[in-house]
Amino acid sequence: MEIKIYQNIMSANDAIAKDNLDWFSNKGILAINIIGSPGCGKSSLIMKTASMLEAPVQVIEGDVASSIDAQRMIESGIPAVQINTGGACHLDANMIKGVLNSLDITDNAFLFIENVGNLICPAEFDVGEHFKVGMLSVPEGADKPYKYPGLFTKADVVLLNKADLIPYIGFDRDMFIKGIRALNPAAPIFEVSALTGEGMDKWIQWLRGRMQELSLS
Amino acid sequence: MHEYGVVQNVVDLIMQRINEKPLKVTDINLVIGELSSYVDDSIQFYFDILSKDTPLDGAKLHFKRVPAVFGCTHCGAEFTRRGMAFVCPFCGGDGAYIRQGMEFYIESIEVEERGDKDLSKYNEC
Repeated sequence: MEIKIYQNIMSANDAIAKDNLDWFSNKGILAINIIGSPGCGKSSLIMKTASMLEAPVQVIEGDVASSIDAQRMIESGIPAVQINTGGACHLDANMIKGVLNSLDITDNAFLFIENVGNLICPAEFDVGEHFKVGMLSVPEGADKPYKYPGLFTKADVVLLNKADLIPYIGFDRDMFIKGIRALNPAAPIFEVSALTGEGMDKWIQWLRGRMQELSLS
Repeated sequence: MHEYGVVQNVVDLIMQRINEKPLKVTDINLVIGELSSYVDDSIQFYFDILSKDTPLDGAKLHFKRVPAVFGCTHCGAEFTRRGMAFVCPFCGGDGAYIRQGMEFYIESIEVEERGDKDLSKYNEC
């Protein structure tokens, strides 16, 4: 006998993610989930962004182990909470739910969720973010959108970090853009350097625009 | 790595659906999109572990893969991708993602009535 189910396997996670999203929205907190490889510069990007935003910023750090990233944030003056997954390759909505009450957060704050370094698994788990960032860095190569289509299809915005290295590394910019556009015709692409600050203005402008939309909603 | 958790979700969802009825699950039909990162073999591997001694023990998993659909920005044709490129197979133009390929759901299950001798074991689950 056949029983029709038609149930999303991620429904339990998605329900918690929706609750997290509502929690953020009700407090006027813009939650940004940053997904990228280990070493692509997620932490550096967050710190540079925080220094330019002129607004309250809080960070949730996700790593398999250690509190190195959270410590870096705190030492640079950004409140941060560390989640250690103990082996899981991604953050999920329940992990984020578990730290909500430990956030030192104000209204109209930017919350950056730095996901576990990984181009694959974090894309499958909504955590309650308003926007999902797919992040790559120049040394990783221009072929990554072709090899990791899931993330770049789902991303609301794409960041290419370490753009200051393009003149020194054989990075095929056209191939990269073409790959992103094939998967994601709509997502803005920002080529930035968290180190030098180049390209960061447009990213900051985009973030402010999203915060304004949240405030008006 | 995350197949363990999602397979647990599959087992839990099906157990909720059969809801203590005296049923044995013989087949599970899963739909997985091309752009999702779930691997059939890993799902099977963890399913064999997590379904042991449950009404799902021994069920056969069936995987329906759904391709992502791209549209050619030059000639307008729709196509599914072959290999790594997003090139239109009709005119060679650039393709852009339109729909599908993100699915991950349980479509249906096949069940049969369990024999009376199994009921007490079932009630312990």
